[in-house]
Amino acid sequence: MTSGTAHTSVGAEPPDSPLELTVNGRPRRALVRSHHTLLEVLRTDLGLTGTKECCLVGECGACTVILDGRSVDACLVLALEAAGSDVVTIEGLAAADGLDALQQAFLDHGAAQCGFCIPGQLVAARALLQAIPEPSRAEVEDGLAGNLCRCAGYEQIIEAVLDAAERQARPAAVHAPERASAPKGPPAGPDPASVPDARVAPQ
Amino acid sequence: MRAFAFEQPGSLAEALAILRAEPDARILAGGTDLIIGLRDGSILSPTVIDLKRVRELDASIVETVGGLAIGALTAMTEIAADPRIRARYTALAEGAAVVGSVQIRNRATLAGNICNASPAADTTPALLAFGAVLTVHGPDGSRQVALDDAFVSSGVTTLGHDEIVVRIDLPAIPGRVGSTHVRRTRRRGHDLASVTIACAVLESGETRVAFGSVGPRPLLRVDTTGILADPSATDAARLEILDDVFAAAAPSAGSMRASPEYRLAMLRVLGLRAVETARARRDGAAA
Ligand SMILES: Cc1cc2nc3c(=O)[nH]c(=O)nc-3n(C[C@@H](O)[C@@H](O)[C@H](O)COP(=O)(O)OP(=O)(O)OC[C@H]3O[C@@H](n4cnc5c(N)ncnc54)[C@H](O)[C@@H]3O)c2cc1C
Ligand code: FES
Ligand code: FES
Repeated sequence: MTSGTAHTSVGAEPPDSPLELTVNGRPRRALVRSHHTLLEVLRTDLGLTGTKECCLVGECGACTVILDGRSVDACLVLALEAAGSDVVTIEGLAAADGLDALQQAFLDHGAAQCGFCIPGQLVAARALLQAIPEPSRAEVEDGLAGNLCRCAGYEQIIEAVLDAAERQARPAAVHAPERASAPKGPPAGPDPASVPDARVAPQ
Repeated sequence: MRAFAFEQPGSLAEALAILRAEPDARILAGGTDLIIGLRDGSILSPTVIDLKRVRELDASIVETVGGLAIGALTAMTEIAADPRIRARYTALAEGAAVVGSVQIRNRATLAGNICNASPAADTTPALLAFGAVLTVHGPDGSRQVALDDAFVSSGVTTLGHDEIVVRIDLPAIPGRVGSTHVRRTRRRGHDLASVTIACAVLESGETRVAFGSVGPRPLLRVDTTGILADPSATDAARLEILDDVFAAAAPSAGSMRASPEYRLAMLRVLGLRAVETARARRDGAAA
């Protein structure tokens, strides 16, 4: 992992540059190195560690954030490329009054095992549902193909996304449709321990 | 990642001036190849020039006389979704749709896929089959380069270090056309392909077959006998033509992805399938 390691400078190094962007609805600024990625700046400079660092080659999706409305791997975006942009991270998913439909559905379906890939899965799923509010199963599979899960909880994750889409499409539905599982009571009180970073990290 | 200076020029002239002053500067579009190279040290560059604020460049897809012009910043997501590309240049939409993942397709540009010149790139066979033409800006102004004249070998093009692709033209196709992109990968999802083929069957009976991953650069071959495009042609007759088409395939023995024998066998199988799919699409049948 390259981030966080001491910098061995050779010759004249470019000075830090000011970066301004909006993260989870709040204007943020930082002085950043031009070769640092959006992932490094989110985690290190802005303290938003919900976005995970893993493969650093765009294969795993653990670092997924929404940049100007589209999901991207933050490990493949330079921080300065995001100047002036609007970024949504996992910390920005929860609504003020509790978990959003996706987070609740992930809990209900037991989609999180070790949990490491889950922030990326949730953010990718959020972008998917923004683009396709009622996706087919194949569209969910394709939409999340860039998010690997070492615990291989793919089935539960796909079910959770389909369920969340349905809850969003029919929020007033009182009785649960036939799809298995998914107790549909009012959202349980947010449990910070089960949603790493969602409530504890600074936004 | 090694430190580098980051430039966001607002105009082509500024970008070209930086390239002239810095022979080792590198152009950044979506970054899905470049940032990986910068991080693993295979690319060392003192200066990275981001194209995304250059006012002459955009992510547009506009109609030209019968064809389409694609801006240098257009990403795979737009290519795969564009109704005009899906209808007339289907193989290109299909190729763009299988690049990496949603996250990758949201960043990866078509121009970057071309300039990176990977023999396994998923959009270049379709672009070759459709006769794509690049408009390139350099120190001496603007020039046009037929895509077939741009590729040399893996990672190497005939474009100068100080030239910037500003748009990609898809020429008009006369009459009905059907096309498809097929590829063979070890697993579903984002994995570079071991065989990539794009095939376009035209109303005239001409069939254009372009293929990659089986040599240092993607290749285009055109069948004018009409046999590939003939619905009543037997597989045997088509294979005879396809064996000529694929004669120049030279997969390297050193690849971890697939042996040369396997790739050559898959070329014939997928080639036959691609021809029939494209032919059926041209003739309006569901394929
Ligand atoms: C996880 C992952 C999976 C992938 N899967 C696939 C796949 O399935 N199929 C596939 O084909 N590709 C795949 N790729 C590679 C694909 O994303 C790239 O080839 C992409 O299209 C390059 O475009 P970019 O905008 O990201 O280019 P960049 O990385 O920004 O640039 C690539 C190269 O092109 C040059 N360049 C870019 N734009 C211009 C321009 N306008 N003028 C001159 N030079 C320019 C740059 O200097 C650089 O050398 C994958 C990549 C990753 C990380
Ligand atoms: S850490 Fe970015 S895709 Fe794996
Ligand atoms: S829950 Fe462990 S990696 Fe996905």
